[in-house]
Amino acid sequence: MTVEKKAGAKKPAPLKKPGARKGAAKKPKWDISDVDTWGPDRHELGATIIEAGNSVYNETGGWRSEVPVIDVEKCDGCMLCYFYCPDASVLVENGKAVGFDLAHCKGCGICAKECPTDAIVMNVDEKE
Amino acid sequence: MATTDRDILAVTGNEAVAEAMCQIDPDVVCAYPITPQTEVVQLYAQMVADGRVASEFVTVESEHSAMSAVIGSAAGGARTMTATSSQGFALMWEVLFVAASYRLPVVMTTVNRALSGPINIHCDHSDTMGGRDTGWVQLYGENHQEAYDNCIQSVRIAEAMDVRLPTMHMYDGYVISGAIGPLQMLTKDEVQQFIGPYRSTNPMLDTKNPVTVGPFDGLHGWYFEHKVAQNRAMDRALDVIQDVADEYADISGRQYGLLDPYRLDDAEIAIVVVGSTAGTTRMTVDKLRARGVKAGMVRVRAFRPFPHEAYAEALQHVKVVGVMDRADSFGAQGGPVFLETRAALYDCDPRPQVLPFIYGLGGRDIFPDNIEQAFAELEAVAKSKKRASSERRYLNLRAD
Repeated sequence: MTVEKKAGAKKPAPLKKPGARKGAAKKPKWDISDVDTWGPDRHELGATIIEAGNSVYNETGGWRSEVPVIDVEKCDGCMLCYFYCPDASVLVENGKAVGFDLAHCKGCGICAKECPTDAIVMNVDEKE
Repeated sequence: MATTDRDILAVTGNEAVAEAMCQIDPDVVCAYPITPQTEVVQLYAQMVADGRVASEFVTVESEHSAMSAVIGSAAGGARTMTATSSQGFALMWEVLFVAASYRLPVVMTTVNRALSGPINIHCDHSDTMGGRDTGWVQLYGENHQEAYDNCIQSVRIAEAMDVRLPTMHMYDGYVISGAIGPLQMLTKDEVQQFIGPYRSTNPMLDTKNPVTVGPFDGLHGWYFEHKVAQNRAMDRALDVIQDVADEYADISGRQYGLLDPYRLDDAEIAIVVVGSTAGTTRMTVDKLRARGVKAGMVRVRAFRPFPHEAYAEALQHVKVVGVMDRADSFGAQGGPVFLETRAALYDCDPRPQVLPFIYGLGGRDIFPDNIEQAFAELEAVAKSKKRASSERRYLNLRAD
């Protein structure tokens, strides 16, 4: 797990692989990795999604144009960022935010907006 | 085993279907009353109140809600049924597509009635003909007995693993729904054995295997593939409808098929017709046959899927086919059954002439004389060397 130590760090953490998050299944039960190639008969009846929580395999981090960076020294552990994050991408250790799941963070900036101690700032995401 | 020794009851079409539903005893019925279907859900509500069935009966505030509740129930994993008519069917419209695209094996009774306006509550096929592209299997029944039989068979068709599509079965408003006719019933045990226990697919109430039903498909887009899968299921339903009918014949002694041909083998002229008018047409065919006219008939049973190959086979030797529609498709070449029949016969060589007849809209009576008049026209066209105009012919329309 990567923790951004300094506000304004140039390089965001590399995209995390699905499953690395605590509690997530290591491997999907329902393998949809080649779903782009599926013909009519490969799909579940009625487009039902048959595995709970499989949005973890849909990496939305690629949509991001801004990246949140946290100064852990300023975090007072209020958890507002954690509750407001629409993508459950705030990583928490010992009751404090310590970083972000950048495989899923869309860079919406809600965490930075809600943070009462200005511990989170949004930087331009410089992807290669 | 044939069951000719069973009692023959005198019931309305609606009573026949309520009794069929009672014997099916679905987990859930969500319904709203509408003329001329009201009696079905009213009787069923009484059966629930009297403890004759174990169903959960959900009263709702509209047919849109009825179909929505049906979808929730079926997605939850319950065998679910409903019934409607006319405007109620129209109000269900957008949700009908959802039931079909979620592949929920719901069974719905629809009593055919005209759509407004002018406001009219009588028999007409405009309601369900308008729903022919919703993705539901459609079976049209002729009489009280078939209304009962189709209701039971619909459960098996909808729930067949090769199909998994909602299925609606229809019968004529008032002519069948409210009039009294003969009915031979199976026993509840026989019906239960025939339909078997319900098998749900990915039910939402299986909390050990949570699923998401009805997700958005807009970003990556498999809508196209899902529509093709629906159509493949519809194609497979052709075999299933016949197999279910054959199995039903074993317990009831009554044989049904995809279509219902009558005296067609050497026919030179024939009429294709839907619903209760088939009885009058059959009688007219007999009358003409007694006069030496080689007349025949096909009654439509499965309309979705439309068994086009079976129609081509049944009618290819006929010189002139008249198709009687009790619904119109404004601006098209003819009514919905005409369009299907003509398309089905296009590949025949030689190709029969197919002529559109419109009758009975808004419950306009159809008399044997009107059907004889249609046959007379077919006969004249068969004798003529010229191809006839394919303009609509109207039966029992007041002239200008």
